[in-house]
Amino acid sequence: MNGQGLGFPLFPPRASALADRVDALFFFLLALTGIVTLIVATLVIVFAVRYRQRPGRVIAPSQTAGSTLLELAWTIVPGLLFVVPFVWGARLYVDAAVPPPNALTITAIGKQWMWKFQHQGGQREIDSLHVPLGRPVRLLLTSEDVIHSLYIPAFRMKQDVLPGRYTTVWFQADRAGDFHLFCSEFCGTAHSRMGGQVTVMQPEAYERWLALGASESLASRGAKLFQQLGCNTCHRGDSLQRAPGLVGLYGRPVQLTDGRIVTADEDYLRESIVEPASKIVLGWQPIMPSFKGRVTDDELLQLVAYIRSLEPPAPEPFAPEGQPLFPAQRRQGG
Amino acid sequence: MIVATVALERPHEETYLSVGTTARSWLLTTDHKRIGILYMVSITLMFLVGGVAATFMRITLLSPGGGVVAMETYNKLFTIHGVIMVWFFLIPSIPSVLGNFVLPMMLGARDVAFPRLNLASWYIFVAGSLFLLWTVVTGGVDTGWTFYTPYSTQYATSHVVSTTLGVFIVGFSSILTGLNFIVTTHRMRAPGLTWFRLPLFVWSLYATSLILVLATPVLGITLILVTLERWLGIGIFDPALGGDPLLFQHLFWFYSHPAVYIMILPGMGVISELIPTFSRKRLFGYTFVAGASIAIAVLGFLVWGHHMFTAGMSTHAALVFSMLSYLVAIPSAIKVFNWTATLYRGAVSFETPMLYAIGFIGLFTTGGMTGLFLASLAVDVHVTDTYFVIAHFHYIMVGGMVTAYMGGLHYWWPKISGRMYPENLGRLAAMTIFLGFNLTFFPQYILGYLGMPRRYAGYPPEFHVLNVLSTAGASILAVGYALPLAYLLWSLRYGERASANPWGGTTLEWTTSSPPPEHNFAHTPIVTHGPYDYVRGPQGDQRG
Repeated sequence: MNGQGLGFPLFPPRASALADRVDALFFFLLALTGIVTLIVATLVIVFAVRYRQRPGRVIAPSQTAGSTLLELAWTIVPGLLFVVPFVWGARLYVDAAVPPPNALTITAIGKQWMWKFQHQGGQREIDSLHVPLGRPVRLLLTSEDVIHSLYIPAFRMKQDVLPGRYTTVWFQADRAGDFHLFCSEFCGTAHSRMGGQVTVMQPEAYERWLALGASESLASRGAKLFQQLGCNTCHRGDSLQRAPGLVGLYGRPVQLTDGRIVTADEDYLRESIVEPASKIVLGWQPIMPSFKGRVTDDELLQLVAYIRSLEPPAPEPFAPEGQPLFPAQRRQGG
Repeated sequence: MIVATVALERPHEETYLSVGTTARSWLLTTDHKRIGILYMVSITLMFLVGGVAATFMRITLLSPGGGVVAMETYNKLFTIHGVIMVWFFLIPSIPSVLGNFVLPMMLGARDVAFPRLNLASWYIFVAGSLFLLWTVVTGGVDTGWTFYTPYSTQYATSHVVSTTLGVFIVGFSSILTGLNFIVTTHRMRAPGLTWFRLPLFVWSLYATSLILVLATPVLGITLILVTLERWLGIGIFDPALGGDPLLFQHLFWFYSHPAVYIMILPGMGVISELIPTFSRKRLFGYTFVAGASIAIAVLGFLVWGHHMFTAGMSTHAALVFSMLSYLVAIPSAIKVFNWTATLYRGAVSFETPMLYAIGFIGLFTTGGMTGLFLASLAVDVHVTDTYFVIAHFHYIMVGGMVTAYMGGLHYWWPKISGRMYPENLGRLAAMTIFLGFNLTFFPQYILGYLGMPRRYAGYPPEFHVLNVLSTAGASILAVGYALPLAYLLWSLRYGERASANPWGGTTLEWTTSSPPPEHNFAHTPIVTHGPYDYVRGPQGDQRG
């Protein structure tokens, strides 16, 4: 099947649970379309040869105008058959949009022409990504310049990476090894070089790898920035504060002055820092200045990691961590 | 039981070709037939430029490390290949060449409704083409034919503005041709030629024209916004300026998905002519095939989001677009089934146009079937922006549309030139193209599922063999396309003289001489029955 005997592969490696499920759907589609194509091709060839023009036959023996019954049949039957791949594909897509609550978050920034990854412990890597086997990993993605797309064929996973917005994607690797990582959205001159590899490691090996590169965690860097930028003068978290408290905010629904209710996900936090006026929390004045241009994309991710880390003393079991992010939808909403 | 129309030998009568032979008589003509030929010459030249770009791409991809051309050059090659083949070849191909030539004759008319506007369309096309060629000569453009923002507006350093302006200009040529065809079909039909007596090629051109008129302005506006953002920095698409890059994708695909149907509906129309003619049998399910064209034109406007399943669009929107994408596949399937049923109990012969028609059914079905993979959300996530998509749309646009164009060109060549092409060479070329095409593009499906992204100047070594196969196929394909270019030109002088109706066709263009007189018909035909009626013979009385 994968063509080892040929010296080159005909089928990509599978390294995630999703990959098996996508391949199953792929083979279903291959069988369905293969059978129909074969039937059509056979009929065309058989009819063309069997009913070829014979000497003396100026016109066809049959001049039928059609058959409503047949027309209905070949309209309705494909329509019904299509329900299967639609529902199946949609089901997998929706599942792939919702990361499990215990997923490990790794940030990724795309820029012309490299991928910069950062783990929660502050470990950085460029054009390579180390992840643990058997644990859900959620990638929080953004771009410093143009649109890129993070594509890992072995996981059957792809997500566009946009400037000025966070997108997320998740996977759970189930096979150790090195796999391709590509940029699949054209991004300029060295687009075809913008890639590297994902290394799936045994959990213990991953822990050792993390320990080697350990530095200050993202949240702790974010906490320092929070002080330096003076965020804490308003977001004080006590009765004197002039801005909403941030403890336990992440993942919670927020009521806005314009009546909308949005979820405080990472993209909301990012937007509230760079464009605070676009979403005002009910009960507060629009007094926050924009930090656009004052913080880099890296620093933004650190601030967001810090705010995320502010857990209330007794954490309540919120569903929101696991909620899908619909940035585009939220923008259009309201 | 008459089929063969008596070829009216009128050696002393002037044909549309003999009324004037000066350059002026061609450049100032308002004859739809001559304008069709002007288009044929122009798009053939553009096809050669686009083909040269493709040739260099396939040569570069012969080795994993690329290296034949710099990455930057490779990016310009695929951009120019895409821009030219989409807007300067495929979109005008069947409508502006074969449509211009045949449509008024199929309607029993002397010309299109607005002959001078028709000539203006061609001049606009030429102006846009020169703009684009100038861009190529002065350094090219590297955004891809999709001009995604903010790359195209803020980051690309190549000639984005002159390219978008070239495409903008050529858009008006599309709009005016569409408008002309719509009005012509409404107003210029011969007495008795009711809507349900129209040949299916007319129905498909009508559906295409609706899309041309409704969708092209959206493209024009979008390209102007890109230009304004690039020149003046107004924030429409660039998030750094407060814009939204996904807005560009929505606007672009709102045009460009319907444009895919501009690039296949006319091809389906040609096939609907070829199959009955070479089966000597009435087309099966005429009303359903005609209705399917309109259904495709309408539904085609509702599926643009399927280009954006990984773009960061909402999950709910993705679900709706996926479902609608399955829906739009149904009318295409209806057509394939009806063509197949037409062959049943026919009297099938295998002249060159029919070989192209049979090839079309196979290639279009394969391309359409792989569209079902792309409509399925989770599979699309894996294969979008890979060679799977490249293979899919080349099966539709080259395997489908170009094959249909070649079929139509051979079918109407006797009418256009008054000469027959060499039949055996024609068959050989059709089979060469079919083989070369499959060898070029089938490996790309496998490459795509393996995960090779599109628009890559180099690739990991395990993709090497399949890329070499693809390049080998492309060289066979090139021979296949060069053959007709040579023998059709040869036939202009040395081809056997064609009779009025060499194939026993039943539509009105076969009731006039080959080549036709300047005003098509000696007398306006009166139509008493539908097309493809092999019992009653050609539409229109022959009282002359």
